Amino acid sequence: MKARIKVMLKNGVLDPQGKAIEGALGSLGFAGVASVRQGKLFEVELAETNPAKARAALEEMSKKLLANTVIENYAIELDEK
Amino acid sequence: MKSAVIVFPGSNRERDMLYALEKITGEKPIAVWHTETELSKVDLVVLPGGFSYGDYLRTGAIAARAAIMDDLRKKADQGVHVLGVCNGFQILCEAGLLPGILVRNSHLKFVCRNVKLEVANANTDFTRKYAQGQVWRCPVAHGDGNYFTDAETLARIEGENRVVFRYAEGTNPNGSLNDIAGIINERGNVMGLMPHPENEIEPLNGGTEGRNLFESVLEAVA
Repeated sequence: MKARIKVMLKNGVLDPQGKAIEGALGSLGFAGVASVRQGKLFEVELAETNPAKARAALEEMSKKLLANTVIENYAIELDEK
Repeated sequence: MKSAVIVFPGSNRERDMLYALEKITGEKPIAVWHTETELSKVDLVVLPGGFSYGDYLRTGAIAARAAIMDDLRKKADQGVHVLGVCNGFQILCEAGLLPGILVRNSHLKFVCRNVKLEVANANTDFTRKYAQGQVWRCPVAHGDGNYFTDAETLARIEGENRVVFRYAEGTNPNGSLNDIAGIINERGNVMGLMPHPENEIEPLNGGTEGRNLFESVLEAVA
């Protein structure tokens, strides 16, 4: 099974990289960019075929390593085909 | 005092730390590779500075899950003293041994300079050789030294006097909350700080106040 885990900074956590990118878009002439937040996307391939078990494993992976929940939220997307 | 320095792929300050420990404690510290699963009987374990695993994922994140960390956690629970400097502080936070996290410097630049450090709590095993409020010069060298945590945790560690060092006199180099440069755990045996006391131990360094930190531990475990 394939999955994607999206990790984003929580609201209120300063994102200096996003700010710098936002500034660079402005200097390229893209007007009206109100804000840019930078995150991470993980593509994971699993041997597991049971969606519930896969989801549970992905939850654990996210909590234990992929995201630091002091500053980040994660969202799991599972391709169930 | 017996001490150990844990070495990860990408650590780069372990030699400075080994040198400082030997110089100050008079005993040769042992270097422990991260794949080992047990630390020998020591009084102090140090996680040195560097860029373990190239700062992949988040600084300190991969090192915090290394094999040796289970035993480090066990030793910390038993009251063994643990010190994390720079990347070591980041690893201790990622491992959950200290609260919060070190994120990218607010101005996005790597800083390598001297800062002024204020001893915010001189009543710890790591700081008794300093005077409360003492300000001393110490070098920093990091890109991710910006201490962050949620408001509740921040209020708790401030309330419990667990901020041990603060950047003083407007020298906060990274945007760290409340000018936090170093914190300690609840029990008082695990401390992390971003600056490098091991590089401020001889007159040639321009100052020797970094010694006080190691001498405090030496006295505490005696």
